[in-house]
Amino acid sequence: MVSLYFLIPLAATFYWSLRGAKDVLGFEAYRKLFADTNFLPAFSQSIVNAVATIFLSLIIVVPTAYWVTLRLPKLRPVVEFITLLPFVIPAVVLVFGIIRLYSSPPFLFTATYNSSRIVLICVYVCLSFPYMFRSVDNGLRAIDVRTLTEAAQSLGANWVTILFRVIFPNLRVALLSGALLTFAIVIGELTIALYMAQHTLGPYMSDLTRSKVYEPSAMAIVAFAITWAAMGIIDFVGRGATRHVQMVEAD
Amino acid sequence: MKTNSANSQSVNSTVGGALRPPRTPIRHWLGLLPFFVFSGLFLIGPTLILAYRSFEGLDGGLTLNNYRQLASDTVMNSYGMSIKISLTTAILGGLIGFLVAWVVSMGGLPPRFRLITTTFSGVAANFAGVPLASAFVFTLGRVGLITALFKVFGVNLYKSGFSLYSFLGLTLVYLYFQIPLMVLTILPALDGLKREWREAAENLGATQIQYWRYVALPVLTPSILGTMILLFGNSFGAHATAYALTGGLFDLATLLIGRQISGDVLHNPGLGYAVAMGMVMIMASSIFIYSILQRRSERWLK
Repeated sequence: MVSLYFLIPLAATFYWSLRGAKDVLGFEAYRKLFADTNFLPAFSQSIVNAVATIFLSLIIVVPTAYWVTLRLPKLRPVVEFITLLPFVIPAVVLVFGIIRLYSSPPFLFTATYNSSRIVLICVYVCLSFPYMFRSVDNGLRAIDVRTLTEAAQSLGANWVTILFRVIFPNLRVALLSGALLTFAIVIGELTIALYMAQHTLGPYMSDLTRSKVYEPSAMAIVAFAITWAAMGIIDFVGRGATRHVQMVEAD
Repeated sequence: MKTNSANSQSVNSTVGGALRPPRTPIRHWLGLLPFFVFSGLFLIGPTLILAYRSFEGLDGGLTLNNYRQLASDTVMNSYGMSIKISLTTAILGGLIGFLVAWVVSMGGLPPRFRLITTTFSGVAANFAGVPLASAFVFTLGRVGLITALFKVFGVNLYKSGFSLYSFLGLTLVYLYFQIPLMVLTILPALDGLKREWREAAENLGATQIQYWRYVALPVLTPSILGTMILLFGNSFGAHATAYALTGGLFDLATLLIGRQISGDVLHNPGLGYAVAMGMVMIMASSIFIYSILQRRSERWLK
């Protein structure tokens, strides 16, 4: 019963997506979607935004989680509190504040499309904090950060070397799952992009549902496939990691 | 300098004293600087400016007037509908999600079933937004598959009062991400129920029902309640799905704020800020209660 509720909307959407051509089932709707002159620019822009978000977020969150674990544990509650804020501040409220703060002097950051885009990416970075921090923090708990750091230091490594050659490689799985979660959230994000007038995938999909008949179904299936791929990789890699840990423990 | 601090640290930890170095040099704070700068500029700052402006009157002076105007019909209708949908989907989603998680955690089913359920929950919980709205339009919209199916059996859903663009419709759509979120959050708690408790209860002659009534449910109650509150907040702050479904014209707090951003529909900027701050306060209290209940339940799950 419950699984029917979850499968029927997907099946119905898939069925509609095959009806792009008259009287025959086929992939005409997908062909039209990919041929749409606005689709690829929006899609590629969202991918670039997502990758930039992940990159920035990693550069900020990994040192933060590392420092909080090793050097400044008394700041942990503060950092954890801040990483929870994106759940407390609804996206629509956050973009409201962003527009009010940055669309007039002295902080006129939304004057051009590209400067708005940079602000958008920075907001996405903050939205990724809860997922990224939790992943990285779990990853750090699984390895002995202190011993690794001291070993690296006694071999003469400075902290940049420690972060990039010791900590990052040991956190591969945690970083990957944080990155993919961020990707899944950013790629189709609507609310913030919409009110910042960005031509990304979210607003594009929203326009599509109003202007076209069959293409939205193909779009929804593509979006579902992307989310599924991101989550599938997280599960797959995560299971590989726990199996590895178990093997090490068995030794 | 660097090696010195490392030495003093390792000495500290081997002697068994404080694990933390006694003083925190300024440069250690630098590692946290980017994090604080980013969250200050793009998370906390924007919210504080709304908070400040919500106390600003039309003439520029400080006032509580905006908060008094929250009692107006437009605002109350939107808040009311948001709360109604959030409560309904939190309770329904919570109950159904709990049952699904319970079936999964009981074992008895092939392990693959559990894997499929958790992976699919991960996908569905993150599937909100425009694609989800589209999927339901193709299912229960005016020409949706299920709507058409009902017509074959002579029932016209839309003439008998149903609409996807109503309280009932939105509830159905929201459950699509609420149920999976419940499954994902409550499953660890169910897994935390210890086998010994059941065996102890059975040895003392408890029936299945007595075990659940007096052992399992009391342990789980904080988790269940806490997660339901999390679901409430999740639905209360949702904007994209409702926007894609109704074009932003439905009476919901998030949609009202959206309309206020696009063009001062409340005819009072200050009131718009107060509506936004009201939402933040409701979200903050729900997350706060969630974290308290979560801490209580962690006692048992270690």
